[in-house]
Amino acid sequence: MKKKEIKKKIFRPVSFLPLEKIIYPLITLLAFTGIWHGLSTMYPTYQLPSPLDVCRGMMELWGEGVIWEHIRVSLFRFSVAYFLAAASGIFLGLLFGWHIRLHAAFDPFVQMLRPISPIAWFPLAILWFKVGDPPAIFIIYLAAFFPILLTTIAAVRSVEHIYLQVALNFGTRERDILTKIIIPAAFPQIMVGLHLALGSAWIHLVAGEMLGAQSGLGFLIIDARNFLRTDWIISGMIFIGLLGLALDKCMGWMEKRINLLWGHVMKN
Amino acid sequence: MEKTVKIKVDGLYKTYLDARGRVYDALKKIDLEVYEGELLCLLGPSGCGKTTLLRIMAGFEQPSRGYVAIDGGIVEKPHVKYMILFQNYGLFPWRTVLGNTEYGLEVNGVPARQRKEKAMELVRLVGLEKFAHNHPHQLSGGMQQRTAVARALAVDPEVIFMDEPLGALDAMTRLKMQEEIVRLWQDKRKTIVFVTHDISEAVYLSDRIAIMSLSPGRISKLVDVPLGRPRNRSGADFARVQDFIYAEFEMSIREEIDYYI
Ligand SMILES: Nc1ncnc2c1ncn2[C@@H]1O[C@H](COP(=O)(O)OP(=O)(O)O)[C@@H](O)[C@H]1O
Ligand SMILES: [Mg+2]
Repeated sequence: MKKKEIKKKIFRPVSFLPLEKIIYPLITLLAFTGIWHGLSTMYPTYQLPSPLDVCRGMMELWGEGVIWEHIRVSLFRFSVAYFLAAASGIFLGLLFGWHIRLHAAFDPFVQMLRPISPIAWFPLAILWFKVGDPPAIFIIYLAAFFPILLTTIAAVRSVEHIYLQVALNFGTRERDILTKIIIPAAFPQIMVGLHLALGSAWIHLVAGEMLGAQSGLGFLIIDARNFLRTDWIISGMIFIGLLGLALDKCMGWMEKRINLLWGHVMKN
Repeated sequence: MEKTVKIKVDGLYKTYLDARGRVYDALKKIDLEVYEGELLCLLGPSGCGKTTLLRIMAGFEQPSRGYVAIDGGIVEKPHVKYMILFQNYGLFPWRTVLGNTEYGLEVNGVPARQRKEKAMELVRLVGLEKFAHNHPHQLSGGMQQRTAVARALAVDPEVIFMDEPLGALDAMTRLKMQEEIVRLWQDKRKTIVFVTHDISEAVYLSDRIAIMSLSPGRISKLVDVPLGRPRNRSGADFARVQDFIYAEFEMSIREEIDYYI
């Protein structure tokens, strides 16, 4: 009897009404905003502006077009760094994944570099790249590079042996093995790395733009603090969060398409 | 009709180390001749070395002793003329049915137009024209099997090795695929070595059956199947041959027990 009940609980299909999907987060949001508003009455505006203040701040940033310039600059840096990281990470990942000896030679080095936070590279980034775009791009690059490199190596390693045997049976040349077998077979897993890296890179975008940059979303936040425009700080944070969410959704959508095409069953 | 030997297996051993690090014979003194254009089944219980023997014949592994020769040449590595169909097909999930079928032609430099035509012809031959642009995961087990057959046939191989290709299919599909394989074999006249552990499958398909037994893996008996084609599974002759093979099979298992005693 008891067991049956437990079973029922475990296997009960969870079904949402479409409306519920909107209502629940909405309730959370309202509650959060309410508490925030309550707290904000207890502090001066420069320490904790009210939600309404922040809304006004957002409109201001939006209306004057300031925010667009910052977003444009940030997205530019982000794209350059992410693209470089993807290209070099996938290239080296394929190389190390395929050539065991090369991997053995470089792996300890990579393992040692990997745990160093991109933020620890700040001083060097400034010494090497001075100010402007390059240090920010460098930091974002570092944040994206390692996840891509490591997942690509793992992806190549875990290509099913049978694909290689089939390729061998058909007399496939080594060059074709790479382009026609390894890359497509490893692709879904490489996508996972690209997705991880996207998040990591976006998180470090702000950090990267806090040093020496004169524009961008990270700079916006730092700069607003100098003027004690706390409403702009929070507005900037909200913009960063929303953009990050949008990027993640785009990536998730692409990943899903690829998994669908490859016939992978998506977990979750 | 004069029979020419296509594949010759001579004094072949394959030894492995077992879990305790002792040497044992996965295959012991295998001698076998497969004739040009025949359909020969390797029939034996699980673990008797069928897969190992097939992989050695197809050049994917080296024997510990002895050799395999096809058309008089020793087999050392895989070759596109000798196709193996693996137990779980090994279809490329990122390619469509047509794309999979094209693969062998593509990597061997056949121009795009030509290979599309040829691949389409084979997809049609195995009855998958409606699914040509589907990916493997959108197909049933039987359709995946057909795709693997089409892919192998596309490069016009001389020999096809099949490792329990129908093992994963449900009973009805399995019977249907057996008929298909006989049809394709009669149509294309390839030499086929077919691995199975199903007696009635072996009797339905084969010209000859090599019965294998366990520990050490060896061929205990070579049996001609004296049945015409098309074969009638419910006929008395069929049942008789099947009983005969079954008896041989039992005997080989009994021998094995003796072997242990
Ligand atoms: N690479 C290997 N290393 C050690 N033992 C192996 C290896 N491959 C196969 N074997 C052993 O050889 C025997 C025959 O295996 P296999 O050819 O797969 O049999 P079958 O296909 O008839 O089921 C089994 O006992 C198996 O454990
Ligand atoms: Mg097997």
